[in-house]
Amino acid sequence: MKTTYREAMRAAIREALLRDERAFLMGEDVGAYGGCFAVSLGLFEEFGPGRIRDTPLSESAFVGAGIGAALGGMRPIVEIMTVNFSLLAMDQIVNNAATLLHMSGGQFNVPIVIRMTTGAGRQLGAQHSHSLEGWFAHVPGLRILAPATLEDARGMLWTALQDPDPVLIFEHGSLYNMPGELDDDAGAVGIDTAAVRRAGNDVSLITYGGTLPLVLEAADRLAADGIGAEVLDLRTLRPLDDAAIQATVAKTHRAVVVDEGWRSGSLSAEISTRITEAAFYDLDTPVGRVCSAEVPIPYARELELAALPSADRVVAAAREAMGTRG
Amino acid sequence: MTSQPTRDRTGTSPERARHLLHQMLRIRRLEEECVELYSAAKIRGFLHVYIGEEAVAAGVMAALGPEDAVVATYREHGHALLRGVSAGAILAEMYGQVQGCCRGRGGSMHLFDAATRFYGGNAIVAGGLPLAVGLALADKMAGRRRVTACFFGEGAAAEGEFHESLNLAALWQLPVLFCCENNLYAMGTALVRSQSQTDLALKAAAYEVPAWAVDGMDALAVEDAARRAVDAVRAGGGPHFLELRTYRFRAHSMFDPERYRDKAEVARWAERDPILLLRRTLEADGTLSGEDWSALRQEVDAEVAGAVRFAEAGSPEPAEDLLRFVYSEREEQ
Repeated sequence: MKTTYREAMRAAIREALLRDERAFLMGEDVGAYGGCFAVSLGLFEEFGPGRIRDTPLSESAFVGAGIGAALGGMRPIVEIMTVNFSLLAMDQIVNNAATLLHMSGGQFNVPIVIRMTTGAGRQLGAQHSHSLEGWFAHVPGLRILAPATLEDARGMLWTALQDPDPVLIFEHGSLYNMPGELDDDAGAVGIDTAAVRRAGNDVSLITYGGTLPLVLEAADRLAADGIGAEVLDLRTLRPLDDAAIQATVAKTHRAVVVDEGWRSGSLSAEISTRITEAAFYDLDTPVGRVCSAEVPIPYARELELAALPSADRVVAAAREAMGTRG
Repeated sequence: MTSQPTRDRTGTSPERARHLLHQMLRIRRLEEECVELYSAAKIRGFLHVYIGEEAVAAGVMAALGPEDAVVATYREHGHALLRGVSAGAILAEMYGQVQGCCRGRGGSMHLFDAATRFYGGNAIVAGGLPLAVGLALADKMAGRRRVTACFFGEGAAAEGEFHESLNLAALWQLPVLFCCENNLYAMGTALVRSQSQTDLALKAAAYEVPAWAVDGMDALAVEDAARRAVDAVRAGGGPHFLELRTYRFRAHSMFDPERYRDKAEVARWAERDPILLLRRTLEADGTLSGEDWSALRQEVDAEVAGAVRFAEAGSPEPAEDLLRFVYSEREEQ
């Protein structure tokens, strides 16, 4: 069937609420408004205000309440409008959700799913456009997912809800309108492994989330030049699928990491380091990186585009790795 | 608006009053032992003792049932003890041992116990309030008539999470009993030096939460107010708020030189020692004899001595288990 990333996500939430009576959705404007990005449109009418709960603008309280409800036996899906707003709930996510199991010596697990929009590209300026999933991927106790395809938008949520521990799902805002075909019986997918989205022998392009489409576009352009790029979609940012990263590097001997986060202290730095640690002797060339410029994401279209990874920059980085600059 | 409920002594039997005295003594003796053990370097990290504030935990815990939940702060040894965690498991936790209630991973500030629904042991001021709101939300959604009691200090009332949580609990009419332990100092900062409105019950009332200020040095008054509040919450009356006016006799932690308050103030409050007050009341009523008091003391001394022996006999969690409990352990497929 024809669908979009947004509709696939909505179908996943709807399935969760139909299959598990403990599941409910909670967040700002998820109900009567239909969701800031219209992901939950129609669910309020179908499930009512008890299970599609509009919250006050209180990120710390409603994320914390989600953690408490999870401790109390529910399976909350908490939506935060954007990753920038999640900073207001950082205390609850980092100090509580991620620590309670360990601090309690294994007594209290927190089966919560927290969804939020991430990323730039829509001229929303510096307080609605950042890619901070790498910060959360830093924290032991959390599992971090970044669905980049319709199948993952449709299938990751149910699997995340079965996880006994906190799972954060980062949905890149530029993906919501992405159209495509999805099997009528599409459902839960695994969340333990990365996926090769395009096979190639010459250079590995390692990415996740909102940059997957432009990396696939870059791979097409490289193919036209006779360069076979392998595209690895990480899918899960914590824990990283080290085996998949090492396997693709062992195959191509060249790697470029594409990450919309900033370069300094980033997920791309982590991946690059792991390649150096585990696959140094497989490499024919230093690991390349394409990241966002080190600026708060600006509003103006030209400036925003200049700040972000692009297919052009990925192509250039891949060619540099191949030693065929220009 | 705020009001001081009139204490109804008709419901307080001599047995219940003696029970409260016993519970306060258990906390006092355990905390005194903790200070000793800290000085002997058996306990490390931060240690915050509850000496002077015992009437608050004793009164509120007496009003809760086993099905209810408790969320507390980093000054929570007494709450854990009265909730039913053994003194031995508490001390072993502070010793950092596998026999501790959190297998040594929590320490003094992070006591947890699933069996008694004791949810910490939360050391981020006001960070426990949203958890309590969520526990209550789960109960309300599941149709369970349970109460979640949430303890926090008056310093928490300056945090955003306090205000967000009271608003959410009131908006959704959730079964939370907010217990504000007002000991007048947020670490070393006096209430009057940190909050523009020092009437804390008034802050709760602003969120349409029924709020009562209670003499937190009077265990009978605390228990009476807590019972009424718990009954109202359990009956579906939405969240309630108790401001329990109390005082911390000892330093904030073992690192606190107490430069911010004078000895005369501490001495004045010591005259209202909650154990002393209840003991005098019961002696005056003729419900506590000298022998009764001695017997209580001996019972508590024996309990704590047994707990120390338990902790001393414990063993550390092996370092090879360091990474356990970061994620849930899954059964082999």
